[in-house]
Amino acid sequence: MKLLNEYGIAFALLGAVLAALVPGIASAKAVSMGGVAGAGVITEDPAQFGKVLILQLLPGTQGIYGLLIAFITLSQIGVLGGSSDISFVKGLLYFAACLPIVIVGYSSAIKQAKAAVASINVVAKRPDQFGKAMIFPAMVETYAILALLISILAVNGVSGLNI
Amino acid sequence: MALQKMQRIYIYALKKDKDRILELLQRRGIIEVRNMLKEDKIFRREDIGHAKESSEKNVAAVSQALEILNSYVKENKSLLSSLKGRKELPEEVYASFGEKLESVVEIAKRIITLSKKIAEEKAELIRLQNQIEILKPWVNLDIPLNFKGTKHTAGFIGTLPKEWTLEEIYEKLAAYMPLDVEIISATKEQTCIFVLCTNTFKDNVFETLRAMDFILPSISLDKAPAEQLKDFEKQAEEIKGRINTYLEEMKSYDKSREDLYFLLDYETIRIEKYDVIGNLLQSKNVFIITGFIPEKDAKHIEEELTSKFDLAVEVTEPKNKDQVPVLYKNNGFCEPLEGIVNSFSPPGKGEIDPTMVMSLFYYMLFGLMLSDAGYGFLMAVGCAFALYKFRNTMERPMKNTLKMYLYCGISTIFWGIMFGSYFGDIFDVVGTTFFGVEKVPVIPPLWFFPVEKPMLMLTFCMAVGILHLLIGLAMKGYQAIKHKDYKSLVYDAVFWITLLISCVLLLLSMEMIKNILGINIELPAYAVKAAGILAIISAAGIILTNGRESKNPFKRILKGLYALYGISGYLSDVLSYSRLLALGLATGVIGSVINKMAAMTAGGIFGPVIFTVIVIIGHALNIGINALGAYVHTNRLQYVEFFGKFYEGGGTLFKPFGMHTKYYKIKE
Repeated sequence: MKLLNEYGIAFALLGAVLAALVPGIASAKAVSMGGVAGAGVITEDPAQFGKVLILQLLPGTQGIYGLLIAFITLSQIGVLGGSSDISFVKGLLYFAACLPIVIVGYSSAIKQAKAAVASINVVAKRPDQFGKAMIFPAMVETYAILALLISILAVNGVSGLNI
Repeated sequence: MALQKMQRIYIYALKKDKDRILELLQRRGIIEVRNMLKEDKIFRREDIGHAKESSEKNVAAVSQALEILNSYVKENKSLLSSLKGRKELPEEVYASFGEKLESVVEIAKRIITLSKKIAEEKAELIRLQNQIEILKPWVNLDIPLNFKGTKHTAGFIGTLPKEWTLEEIYEKLAAYMPLDVEIISATKEQTCIFVLCTNTFKDNVFETLRAMDFILPSISLDKAPAEQLKDFEKQAEEIKGRINTYLEEMKSYDKSREDLYFLLDYETIRIEKYDVIGNLLQSKNVFIITGFIPEKDAKHIEEELTSKFDLAVEVTEPKNKDQVPVLYKNNGFCEPLEGIVNSFSPPGKGEIDPTMVMSLFYYMLFGLMLSDAGYGFLMAVGCAFALYKFRNTMERPMKNTLKMYLYCGISTIFWGIMFGSYFGDIFDVVGTTFFGVEKVPVIPPLWFFPVEKPMLMLTFCMAVGILHLLIGLAMKGYQAIKHKDYKSLVYDAVFWITLLISCVLLLLSMEMIKNILGINIELPAYAVKAAGILAIISAAGIILTNGRESKNPFKRILKGLYALYGISGYLSDVLSYSRLLALGLATGVIGSVINKMAAMTAGGIFGPVIFTVIVIIGHALNIGINALGAYVHTNRLQYVEFFGKFYEGGGTLFKPFGMHTKYYKIKE
């Protein structure tokens, strides 16, 4: 067990790194999908740039949520300074705590991008319906936010555990 | 929280006054013209297609001309010009513009012709330049390119691929002496040659040359290349000169730009008027205008019209089947949010205007999500500055947008102070890195740090959510009262409000919930008991009444049960407000990450400079992405959670007959 305990920090770091990696990859892909659709709209009607840009950016937030969890975890486990004395169990717990944003962040970013692309098409045809079009991708984001919430609470909670 | 009351207006007037009356109404801009009467044998609508067409043609020509002009002569437009609003023009300019109209249209047409000419000349220039390129290798040849030979000799002028020397060519042609070969020019790609042989060997020489991939030049000219080249170059110069004069002329129209823009506005006004004329019922001497007018303006316009013209005005209440247009009546605090309501949908028939109630929460929710005093300060100051600088000329929609962000900014400052966030934790970082401050936080939060007590923050967010939802339900009740639909008031609003409040109380009495939320409230036993009873009564009420549109009692109960199942929807609605916590934390934590990264570089002489650069760029990005998030998710909470409880929309906005110009405002 003592030997294992030396690997606690590795699992915790793995969780943090995945939280930055996976949703980041998904958001990059998602934003590029929006960009491709948006560029098409701009060739026809450059005046819609502002609206299209907002829709393109919507699925970009998952990457930021992932970064957020990564950062909180890094600072909790002492990688950014302080003591990094993490037991094996605690390391695994940190890893698990990161999973919601890793998995939901990935999937929701891609799904949200699809809704965003559809909304960009709405703006292309009916720019006055932007307010409604914006809501569809925002609905998808709810689940990323819920995952972020659980990850934040879990990471914070784990740091308080005495194991 | 209200809409302007609308009335039907009928104006019966003499045709001889038609133009003046219409002009007056257009200038006042308070009547939305609608067809309310049918055509009959005497009163008919006029076909205005023809008159409108000429205006539309002018608009098309001038728009095209402006586009061309802008591509040749850049317009001086500052970054802030969109804030400035339309330029004001005295009325005389508008009145006298009719005389100028033709000449401005001529200018537009001239600009279009010029651009065509420039394009043609440029194409010609390119053609010439190509020929010059082809001729250049031949410049040393002193006979014309189409030289075919004399009486006894045959001449071949053309090119061979790759580089050839004189010996190599002679070698190939050795059998057909006597002949003369001249290399005019040679490069790696091609060798230009002139071969003169006797007529007897003409065909053999040609065959041999062909076998060497000999090609005749692609142009055939009567003059010697050098001479021809001079001609071409002269022509090219002439074309360039012509293009320049055209360009000069194009530039001279820069000063006509204002006129062109004004013509667009002028024709827009005319087209608007033609559209109205097409809707008028006209007999031989009389015409009738029908439409909607806000009640507050009706009296005034009636007086003005009757004092100036011989006519009759009739104002009546709108009929039940009328789709009455929507015009808001709000104070300066909630007016900015009319746009947000509109982008959902303006209030439908019989609905109340939700702007006022929404505004209170809108600013609050936005502030909670951005929740950084520094960012809020930047937003508020930026908007206030623009509002002050362009206070006289700014257009209303722009003014409203800026005002909305000003209030959102102020709310953000408030919540930033409550939660102790100033550009993340910039004061702490600057203090500890540069000034050796040890006591952090430098400015403690007025309430608490959400990062340190996320559960408390979550509880607060959900409490805000429950309040928001309850107010949504209360609005439904209020709407029911307004329609005197007291059944709906009790069944759809009161029962649900009671059920929600009692459920919340019951949850708060449970140990588990108290532990999760980390709150410590001891509810008195009788309150819990009362809540339980109320919950059962209201749930039963909902089961019995929410399916009331079905006559079949069995179906009715089933529908009622399904409606009660909607309580799970309330659960997800409340949880949805946890985004306030998540987005608020995101702003603060990313802000601190930026500060931390900046602090890592802070050592050395250039440290403070690098620190400042990172801080500025980082926070600029953070404010952008988080303000966007706050805006989108505030809208979502309003549209989905709040409006979902009582508001459907579906109305159309009031579009008065007026002067909807784009570039100029005509002063009274």
